[in-house]
Amino acid sequence: MAEQNTQITAIRIQNVTKSFGTKVVANKDVTMDIYRGEILSLLGENGSGKTTLMNMLAGIYFPDSGEIFVNGKPVSIRSPYDAHALGIGMIHQHFKLVDVFTAAENVVLGLKEEGKFNLAAAGKRIKEICDAYGFDIHPEQKVYDMTVSQKQTLEIVKALYRGAEILILDEPTAVLTPQEADKLFSVLRNMKAAGKTVIIITHKLQEVLAISDRVAILRKGEFVGAVPTSEATELSLTEMMVGKKVELNIERPDPVDPTLRLQVRNLSCHNHEGLPVLQNVNFDIYGGEIFGIAGISGCGQKELLEAIAGLQRVDENSEIIYDAPDGKRESLIGKSPKKIKEMGVSLSFVPEDRLGMGLVGSMGMVGNMLLKDYRRGHTPLTETKPSKELAEEVREELEVVTPSLNTPVRRLSGGNVQKVLVGREIAAAPAVLLTAYAVRGLDINTSYTIYHLLNEQKKKGVAVVYVGEDLDVLLALSDKILVLCGGKVSGLVDARTTTKEEIGYLMTNLPEEVHTDAKPEEAAKEDGQQ
Amino acid sequence: MSKTKEVKAKEPLFHIVARDVMHPGASFGIRVAAFVVALLLSALFVWVTVKVDLITFLKTMFRGAFGMDKVFEAEGFENAWTALLSSYMWATLKAAAKLLIIAVALGPAFKMRFWNVGAEGQVIIGAMAAAFVMYHYSTMPGPLLLLVMLVVSILAGGIWGLIPAFFKTKLNTNETLFTLMMNYIAMKIADYFYNLWRGAKSALGMINQTSRAGWLRSLWSGKDAAWFRNEDLWFMIIVLVFTVLMFFYLKSTKQGYEIAVVGESHNTARYAGISVTKVMLRTMAISGAICGICGFLLVSSQSHTINSAMAGGFGFTAIIVAWLSKFNSFTMIGTSVLIVALQNGSMLMANTYSDRGFSPSAADVIVAIMLLMVIGCEFFIKYRVMFKHSAKEAKA
Repeated sequence: MAEQNTQITAIRIQNVTKSFGTKVVANKDVTMDIYRGEILSLLGENGSGKTTLMNMLAGIYFPDSGEIFVNGKPVSIRSPYDAHALGIGMIHQHFKLVDVFTAAENVVLGLKEEGKFNLAAAGKRIKEICDAYGFDIHPEQKVYDMTVSQKQTLEIVKALYRGAEILILDEPTAVLTPQEADKLFSVLRNMKAAGKTVIIITHKLQEVLAISDRVAILRKGEFVGAVPTSEATELSLTEMMVGKKVELNIERPDPVDPTLRLQVRNLSCHNHEGLPVLQNVNFDIYGGEIFGIAGISGCGQKELLEAIAGLQRVDENSEIIYDAPDGKRESLIGKSPKKIKEMGVSLSFVPEDRLGMGLVGSMGMVGNMLLKDYRRGHTPLTETKPSKELAEEVREELEVVTPSLNTPVRRLSGGNVQKVLVGREIAAAPAVLLTAYAVRGLDINTSYTIYHLLNEQKKKGVAVVYVGEDLDVLLALSDKILVLCGGKVSGLVDARTTTKEEIGYLMTNLPEEVHTDAKPEEAAKEDGQQ
Repeated sequence: MSKTKEVKAKEPLFHIVARDVMHPGASFGIRVAAFVVALLLSALFVWVTVKVDLITFLKTMFRGAFGMDKVFEAEGFENAWTALLSSYMWATLKAAAKLLIIAVALGPAFKMRFWNVGAEGQVIIGAMAAAFVMYHYSTMPGPLLLLVMLVVSILAGGIWGLIPAFFKTKLNTNETLFTLMMNYIAMKIADYFYNLWRGAKSALGMINQTSRAGWLRSLWSGKDAAWFRNEDLWFMIIVLVFTVLMFFYLKSTKQGYEIAVVGESHNTARYAGISVTKVMLRTMAISGAICGICGFLLVSSQSHTINSAMAGGFGFTAIIVAWLSKFNSFTMIGTSVLIVALQNGSMLMANTYSDRGFSPSAADVIVAIMLLMVIGCEFFIKYRVMFKHSAKEAKA
């Protein structure tokens, strides 16, 4: 039955554009069709606009221009309520559930049903839905007692209860174990069999090939194309996703006299839910080179940098050893940023979250220059004079546009915020400079200014770590590139000889010996032995 | 199951958009406008209920707040001073000083985004501690007794503030609920000692009424000038000193800087190597300690006794003062005077027109209208409402 339906258009997105502020265009003139009864994968790199596009179907955002048709009729989806009325349900990456409510209470929350409020009847209907699709949740169960996988299931039930015919799942497997993911896929197949349309947002190629009928690819906010999964391979999808190699005119001086600066051994850590985010990561960083780190968001690059900076608790047996230029060796494990600084380790860190971690949004440039040096001087008073001078210097050298040195940096544009942060971190004359997404959201000129600054540091013998999402830039700027996939190292490549496809492939695939697919086989073997 | 409703292809009528930044003059204008609107609304309310016209209303309000009857007519400084002490103006300043010091104490906690709503209890417990020393060690030499009272008040208030901070840092308890509940514990402790000390008497009365041990005025001798011996005046001076100190503490010290960073983002604090736990404990100890000092001042200079209502709800009103002043100590001076002026002004309205049925509760309505307007206008300073029409223009 589903086969017959595949060519009926359920949703048509026509020339939809959505931008945030004046600079960030999340979706540009996207036109695509979603067919009834299919499982469609929406594939793209970080920041390619997948979630934004789907949020417009779910009523979270409203398009700047363009039209959306549902079942052939033009619609205006102004709120999630409108989306429900059109039979569109979205399961967000971050669940929107009330912890202290039961499953049934969460499902009926916000519904304006006629007649008396009847939780028992709702529970009965929920039970029916669960039985029909094989969900294992009970209407009476409290959300705080649920596993992550059950919470996700509940979100799906919530959408189905509201009569969703089209389900959108935003990176549904990101929070699931491989076994739970398999279970989810069989649920999705059941739903397809029942005639529902399913869209999953993902950047995992194997999943795309495993579950979907068709793949639609977005790149930098634009629709690249859609192909039937049967005709796609991992390589062809990677190419569509990352695009042709773009020649960037970024200079890359050869490393002069690289010296070992940082040794990372067996680095492992867990997140708040106790899931592993980094597993046995090993690498060396040398002064005088730019060490690139590539990976899909959530692959552990954030935790990796924070572990080095003393902001992330790591597992036992992890080792991070700093080789000072004067020959001393110091372990950085278990040391706070203050301690690391007091040890004489000059480490600078440009975190991903600029205003939430690197800067104080409500303070001006002067206040922010003070952030790492506010302890300067022996009086209880802060010494603002050197910070004022530094702020003046950064403003001039990096051409920061700000009404005054005391204008809260929150009010500056993204590029200027980043310049303030990078300027401060470089001014500290570091031996190791960690940067996470240093050019995210910046225009071309500012980006080149930042690349130039990083190269300047490299020439001075600083060990520069560059975590980036634009593969073209990573390839053009770095000397070596470490590729992470799901918290594990999937490769360490020479940036001068590698290709974009190779990195794109490594980002989504682990080398065979540590491949997750190997696990069930091993388990099977062990079973056999018993 | 599908119930596809017709969804009209129409844009929403208006958007609410966060403002980037508003010109200081414009935001001041909005606030003044809100104040005027509030006055007019109150006048309308008064006209409808008790038929008092706008001019009389404003005159009565002003007199109740800042009236200085007989002060300027008095001959000689001594007489003018005596007249001032019994004027409405003096009552307003006296109450404003009390409100101000509590708001100043809340400043650092609020700047740290630690919602300390326990000032009422911290003041009471500070007052309790001072009264305890005063009651049991009245034979100590005067200045020493006052010093011990001060130290004990600081400790009591500080510890009272430290407790919720401790649990917040250890167990991540909600500080708003915690500090709120601590108020009632403090009140009950005050009730207990009040009844204990009262014994068979109908009321406790002033402690050390005859010896005046532990009274601030026991420090001066009879030779000092009358104005110099005025305890209220010293209360105000001490409060102003704290206001100035707090302003510079928050603005220019390393600890003040740490408070600002922790208030902005715990992650940024960690990134800068600031211990959030340490800053939180220290700041709440300071916040509580200043409330404790307020308690000491109330006992030693204003009431000379204790009861559970001695903070008079000012611990709660001070929250509004601190917020309206954006946690700026100097702004708090004006704000606390304004709030007390409103309360006292509308109280005179109630007293004057009680025969027409204008009760103290009706007076509260005037204060409420004012606060609603002043707080409500912040919305228009932070956001602007864009209608369909203007939304398109803004995009272009």
